[in-house]
Amino acid sequence: MHENHLIKDTRADKVFKSVLYVFIALAVLLVLYPLIYIVSASVSDPAAVNSGQMWLLPKGFTLDGYKVILNYGDIWRGYGMTIFYTLAGTAVSLALTIPCAYAISRPDFSGKKWFTNFMLVTMFVGGGLIPSYLLIRALGWVDTVWAIIIPGAASIYNIIVTRSFFQSSIPWEMQEAAIVDGATDFQLFFKIVLPLSAPIIAVMALFYGVGQWNSYFSALVYLQNKNLYPLQMVLRQILVLQDMQQGAATGATVTQSAAQAAFSKEQLVAVIKYGVMIVSSLPVILIYPFLQRFFVKGVLIGSLKG
Amino acid sequence: MAVSAQTLVKPTEKKRKPALFNAKRLKKNWRLYVLILPTFLCFLVFSYIPMYGVLIAFKDYVPVLGIWNSPWVGFKYFNQFFQSYYFWDLIRNTLGIQVYGLIVGFPLPIILALALNEMKDGVWKKFSQTITYAPNFISVVVMGGMIIAFLDPSTGIINHALQAVGIQPIAFMSDPKWFKTVYVLSSVWQGTGWGSVIYLAALAGVDPALHEAAIVDGASKIQRIWHINLPAIVPTMVILLILNVGSLFSMGYEKILLLQNPLNLSSSNVIATFVYKQGLLDGQYSYAAAVGLFNSAINAILLIVVNKIARRVSDNSLW
Repeated sequence: MHENHLIKDTRADKVFKSVLYVFIALAVLLVLYPLIYIVSASVSDPAAVNSGQMWLLPKGFTLDGYKVILNYGDIWRGYGMTIFYTLAGTAVSLALTIPCAYAISRPDFSGKKWFTNFMLVTMFVGGGLIPSYLLIRALGWVDTVWAIIIPGAASIYNIIVTRSFFQSSIPWEMQEAAIVDGATDFQLFFKIVLPLSAPIIAVMALFYGVGQWNSYFSALVYLQNKNLYPLQMVLRQILVLQDMQQGAATGATVTQSAAQAAFSKEQLVAVIKYGVMIVSSLPVILIYPFLQRFFVKGVLIGSLKG
Repeated sequence: MAVSAQTLVKPTEKKRKPALFNAKRLKKNWRLYVLILPTFLCFLVFSYIPMYGVLIAFKDYVPVLGIWNSPWVGFKYFNQFFQSYYFWDLIRNTLGIQVYGLIVGFPLPIILALALNEMKDGVWKKFSQTITYAPNFISVVVMGGMIIAFLDPSTGIINHALQAVGIQPIAFMSDPKWFKTVYVLSSVWQGTGWGSVIYLAALAGVDPALHEAAIVDGASKIQRIWHINLPAIVPTMVILLILNVGSLFSMGYEKILLLQNPLNLSSSNVIATFVYKQGLLDGQYSYAAAVGLFNSAINAILLIVVNKIARRVSDNSLW
C-alpha cells in the first residue's frame, strides 16, 4: 500500500486510510462468508454442517444433496416455469418499456407530459393488493401464466430510466435531420433509435429478467396450481415452510422418488437446502460478474434524473 | 452534434400551447401515440382499475353483486380496523421495523461509498465492489432460507458460533424480541453494497481540482472527505431520505411473509401482511381493502409532509 504521491500523506492520513481499508475488508468478509459457507455446506455431510463442525471448508465431501436435487421433479418443473416466465415476462416488459420511453423522450411529442404524469401517479397512488387481486380474478387470470407475466410488466421507474437514456444518448439533432428528410416516427424509432439502444435494452432486460427470476409474490397470490409454480415458490416450500415444520399444513409436496424414500422430511431438507440455494441462483451468479457494469449503468442513468 | 437544427424548427413549435387533443398535432404525432398505446392500456387496466376497485373499502363487497352493486357501508371497515385488537400492534411493528431499518441502514451505504471512493482503481476495488453488490441479486426466498438456516437454534452456524464463545443458543426466529433485528440486519447485509452505487456515482462527479486545491492548502484526508465529498452527495442523501421516510408505512410483504411464524407474530405482524392474510387467506376483501387504503393514505400524507420539510430546510425535494 505504499505509493509515492506528489504530496506525501500525513501520518493522520495514513492512519485514516488504514481505517478505511479495514472497514472495506470487513464489509467484504461479512458479505463473502455466508456465501462461502453455503457453497461448502452444499457439498458437505449434513451431520457435519448441522453440528457446526463445518464452518468454512467442506467437511465429509459428498454430492448426495445435488443427487437428490437432480431427481427432485418439483425443482426442475419450477426451473422450467421460471425460465418461461423470465423469457416471456422480459420480452413483454421490453415491448412495453422501450417504445413508450421513446415516445415520452421526444421533445416534440404533444402528449409527453400528460402520459408521463399519468404513469408517475401510479408510483405513489394505487389500489393495493386486494383490488388488484379482484381484477385479476375478474379477468379469469387466476391460475394462468398471464397473471405472472402481464400485470407488473411495465415499471414506471424503468420507463423513466430508459427515457433519460434516449434524451441524453441519442442526439435530437440527428433525429430532426431524419424528420426533415421525411422519416416517419416509426422509421425513426425502428431504424435509427433502436439500433443505437443496445446498451439500454441490455440494462432493462437484466433488470426485468432478474426481477422476474427472483420473484415469488405474484405466484403466491395468483397461483394455486402447483404445476405453474415458478422455482421460487418451490424453494419457499423447501427452505421456508418445511423448516418451520408446516409442510403438511400448507400442503407442501415432496415427490417420493426412490432416491428420496430413504430420507425423512427433515433429513431431506437438511441434505438439499444449501444445494437448492445454489442451483436456483446459478443463472444469476453466472451472469452477474460479467454484467455487473450494466446493472450499475442502469442505476447511474436512473440517478441522472431523480 | 455541435451544429444544431433546433433553432430552425423550434420557434413555430414553441408558440403553440400544448393541447393534448389538438387535431393537427395528433395527425403529426399519431405514430408516437401508437408506440405508447400498449403501455398506456397496461397502466390503465392494472393500476387505474384497482384504484376504482378500492371503492370496496367503503362497501360490503359481495362477489356476485360486483364492485358497483355491493351495498355502501361508509367507514364501517375503517372503524372496525381502528378498534381492532391488532391496530396498535400493527402500527407499532410497521413503524418499528422501518425506523429501525432506516437508522441502521441509511448511513452504511454512504460510509461504504465514501470508503470505496478512496480506493485506487484496480483489482481490489473492483473485487470489493463485485462482492458487496452481489447479495442484492439473491432472491428474497433464498434470503429467507438463509436466515432460517443460519439462525436455527440447534443446527444454525450463528448459534454454533455463539456457543463457541459461551453464549446460550438463541431461538432467533421464534423469539419476538429478535425479529426486528433479524429483519433489519439481513436487509443491511443484502442492500448496503448496492445502496452505495448511487452515492459512488455522485462522488465520481466531484471536480478533482477541488481536492488538489485542498491538498495544496494542507487539508487532511478526513477534512477533504468532510468538506468536499460529503457535501457532493448531500442532494442524493436528501432525495433518498425523503423517499425512505415517505415510505415508512409502505413496507413490503415479500420478506416478512417468509420470516413470519405464529411464535414471532407479536413482533412481525405488520399492516402489509395483515392485509394479505385478512384479504386473500380469509376472504374479507372489504376489510382488507380498507386497511390497505388507510395505509396508502398515511403514506401519501407522509411523503407530502416530508417533501415539504425537505424543501424548506434544504434546496432538494422530489417536486
